[in-house]
Amino acid sequence: MTDVHTEHPRTEPETPGRRRFRRPRAGTVLLVLGALVFLFPFYYMVVGSLQAETDTSVRGAFPTGGFTLENYRDIDERVDLVQSLLNSGIFTTGVLLGTLVFGVLAGYALARLHFRGRSSLFAVMLLVQIVPFQLLIIPIYVMIVRTYGLADSYLGMILPFLINSTAVFVFRQFFLSLPDDLFAAAALDGASELRILWSIALPLVRPALLTALLLTFIGPWNEFLWPFLVTKDTSMQPLAVTLANYISNVAGRASNPFGAGLAGAVVLAAPAVILFIAFQRHFTASNISSGVKG
Amino acid sequence: MATTSAPAASPRRLTALLGRQPLGILFAAPYAVFLAAIFAYPMGLAVWMSFHDYFFAAPGAQVDRPFVGFENYQAVISDPDVRQSFVNVGIFLIINVPLTVGLALTLAAALDRAVRFRTFLRVSYYVPYVTASVALVAVWMFLFSKDGMVNQILGPLAPEPSWLVNSTLAMPVIAVFVTWKQLGMFILLYLAALQNVSKDLYDAAAVDGASRWGQFRHVTVPGVRPATTLVVILATITGANLFTEPYLLTGGGGPDGASSSPVFVMYQKGIEQGNPDTAAAIGVILMLMVLAISLVNRKLLERD
Repeated sequence: MTDVHTEHPRTEPETPGRRRFRRPRAGTVLLVLGALVFLFPFYYMVVGSLQAETDTSVRGAFPTGGFTLENYRDIDERVDLVQSLLNSGIFTTGVLLGTLVFGVLAGYALARLHFRGRSSLFAVMLLVQIVPFQLLIIPIYVMIVRTYGLADSYLGMILPFLINSTAVFVFRQFFLSLPDDLFAAAALDGASELRILWSIALPLVRPALLTALLLTFIGPWNEFLWPFLVTKDTSMQPLAVTLANYISNVAGRASNPFGAGLAGAVVLAAPAVILFIAFQRHFTASNISSGVKG
Repeated sequence: MATTSAPAASPRRLTALLGRQPLGILFAAPYAVFLAAIFAYPMGLAVWMSFHDYFFAAPGAQVDRPFVGFENYQAVISDPDVRQSFVNVGIFLIINVPLTVGLALTLAAALDRAVRFRTFLRVSYYVPYVTASVALVAVWMFLFSKDGMVNQILGPLAPEPSWLVNSTLAMPVIAVFVTWKQLGMFILLYLAALQNVSKDLYDAAAVDGASRWGQFRHVTVPGVRPATTLVVILATITGANLFTEPYLLTGGGGPDGASSSPVFVMYQKGIEQGNPDTAAAIGVILMLMVLAISLVNRKLLERD
């Protein structure tokens, strides 16, 4: 490949909108190499989960045979995979539903309705995104587990995560970006606020909905600390917790401790990774950063 | 909100009380209740607990929880475990923050220009961010174990004791792990910021004969300053709530507390050892630090 760009005569005016003319080929090569480094642990996770015996040499990372599903059977024996996945699924679905229903309503109200307390609610919503949940675990643990006795229950797991504030923010930003005329016209036609939200605003913000729901999904699905604190009963624990318990306690006794752990890791990682790849084109700077910037 | 078309006196008063569209209160109510119950109340409870002799009692039991002033805070400040955990976060931040800012900005600038393999590149750099820490920790434990691949490659240069059980190296490994895990989010932030840097500035710099490095230094870096402030703040906050990594990757803040974090100590003291009052005090201290950092952030942003 010859470098055509350097051949451009200097006199050629800069065409507006063609900002990609500074394409660095070496940069792309480095980017691809970096990407491979970033992906390597994922590749190693899958390969390691399919090997009967761990081979930690460099060559062992590129096996040509000996693939087995033994590790998946092994982890399923020690950690009830189906039950754990079901628990993760219920926890995540609860949060998704809460965010979809209450979060969309709140985002809509914050963006389009003038009501008393709107600016205070908005300020608190921003504050929530600054103060990490982890710092409040002691009082929340006291409330949910000790006061309300919600240990080992789905409700106790879901409640602190019920409405994702980042998602509320993303919803607000998108409702805010819709043209005012649209709402005025609908209101003139006598549509109720709920009807405007449901049949006009929501269909228009579908990309935001997907982005926000993907962001919301990875919260509870990946969460470890809270379900770890609130569940002691193994049959209630989501996969992140049962797998972590396996890694920290049982691993030493398994025939191929790393292999079984890696098999569990693949099962835990796969849904989030697959969803992300399916929706990645919605996962853009403009969609997300609006939600994080505050 | 002075509307000239307000029809009658009493609706106007109602408008003044509830706002122009009181339905909004109804729409926002569930979220407001949620924030009050899960954020505001626990925050107050944490402060209250930290000033009282608070202990776990059987549900429904009426127990006396006397006010103890700053006793819990004194206990926290004089506790070597707590002190060490704060020092550890310091080490974490010294490694994690510059690494995050440098890598995220460089990669975002390069990704912004990349034309080929865009989808592949984006997916590769973002995917650790969407994946559960627990799953990723499983691989890193494998990679950095005593006979793991990293030591195999290093051969005689492999550290002794190995990475995760080495008191000097455990925290740096966590810092690098978290950098890798979170980088996607920060690349996204920088990509958004780069869209606001005027292309004319690059053209002007190019006309002035600035090299690509010169353009990066004199156009890109100042152009994304507000984003950099934000990235530093967010990375610092991430450092303040480390838990999963010290708990799992280094087997409970090991070796000997060398990689423990304040949230991990909070868990140990509050829930394992049953001292929720001192644990709440640690939480309040961390919260004040995070809020102070955010305030400084706002000041810096306003100055710009």
